[in-house]
Amino acid sequence: MSEGLGLGGPEAPRGGWRTATVSRVRRPIQRSVELRLDVHDRIDHMAGQHYVVRLTAEDGYTAQRSYSVASAPGDPLVELFVERLDDGEVSTYLADVVEPGDELEVRGPIGGWFVWDGDTPALLVAGGFGVVPFVGMIRHARALGRLDLLRVVVSSRTLAELPYADELMDAGALVILTREAHGIRPAGRLTAPDLLPLWEPGQTAYVCGSASFAEAASQLLVGMGFPADGVRVERFGPTGALA
Amino acid sequence: MPGPTRGFLGRRARDPRLPPGQYDVGRDWPVLTAEPTPRIAPETWSITVDGKVETPTTWTWDEAHALPPSEYRGDIHCVTTWSKFDTQFGGVSVDTLLEAARPTAEAHFVMATSKTGYTTNLPLEHVTGGKAWVVWEFDGKPLPIEHGGPVRLLVPHLYFWKSAKWISRLTLLTRDQQGFWEQNGYHDLGDPWRQQRYQGD
Repeated sequence: MSEGLGLGGPEAPRGGWRTATVSRVRRPIQRSVELRLDVHDRIDHMAGQHYVVRLTAEDGYTAQRSYSVASAPGDPLVELFVERLDDGEVSTYLADVVEPGDELEVRGPIGGWFVWDGDTPALLVAGGFGVVPFVGMIRHARALGRLDLLRVVVSSRTLAELPYADELMDAGALVILTREAHGIRPAGRLTAPDLLPLWEPGQTAYVCGSASFAEAASQLLVGMGFPADGVRVERFGPTGALA
Repeated sequence: MPGPTRGFLGRRARDPRLPPGQYDVGRDWPVLTAEPTPRIAPETWSITVDGKVETPTTWTWDEAHALPPSEYRGDIHCVTTWSKFDTQFGGVSVDTLLEAARPTAEAHFVMATSKTGYTTNLPLEHVTGGKAWVVWEFDGKPLPIEHGGPVRLLVPHLYFWKSAKWISRLTLLTRDQQGFWEQNGYHDLGDPWRQQRYQGD
């Protein structure tokens, strides 16, 4: 990774705190919420970047969490897709309380590492809600007419639990389900033979998912010979999202 | 600062050990890394202190373990907003390494480099005076590889991305240079009590 340290770094756009008006709230799958935000004086993001949402209580107490952007840079709104964690302080508020017209304090875009420039081949490997930044990349690629640059594989327990499932399959994503069969593929975890046909020269691999998924998927890539310095990983635990 | 968020109550019980904007992660210890986890055998690991020092020095695993042991007991804070209380790490104080390598009068900053190429920058005064360690034990057991084992840097008074996993080199510098996350928008110091999460905070 040493050679690639600065890639995408200094050029990645970076925005400060803004007020966002909630434009639309949908719950297309269970235990989650899709928020469309009108961010005032927004700085355009790069696909893969994230936003921070900060909530403030009457007594001044604040809580903030990071969420990947699912919308393309060219979308007039910023779309976030948030998994509702039962003990989540911010995600339960976003999923249960937020209504169109509400104002939220947001900061973004943030992150210069897990970004796709729209110009180079990429292998995207997601587990569960790890698909969110890749939806942003796919939408960006579609807008550019360069969907050919992306190879996508997503893993989920079931199809019903996979965010943006139809949109991902439309983009040609290989869908791996661990708890049910999918087409001719029986239930099972992601394997190297799933990844090998998607590997092409010059790709950067992006891996996003839970800590255990990200670890397993990145080790699969390295194990089949994918250069470790070409693998960018974004992990989120049941609790966290960097370090 | 805008006013309160409609309908947000927030957690009531606040632990004074929590810096602003952080929450108690409890027994968990989230794993967050930007790259694949490397496999590093202790026999092949070493740590080097170089740059603006009088005696650039490298310690092997056995040599590092022969140095006077030092431990940290206390809290750690990740910029992604989790904090973990009452951790216990064992290893050697960075002071001990610097005493041997002897920083020159021109040394003001440190670049920590991992075996993977990950880097993070720190002011020298933030890794001296009992504030930083090179650690190989967590809770009395070998530090797990996903948490930076066999050996990581530990700078617990700063956000945890400064505590570089898989540490292999401390390079003393006259002028500050940005490390990996710092080039990618994160703060050069990263003090959790001042919420220095991103550049400009």
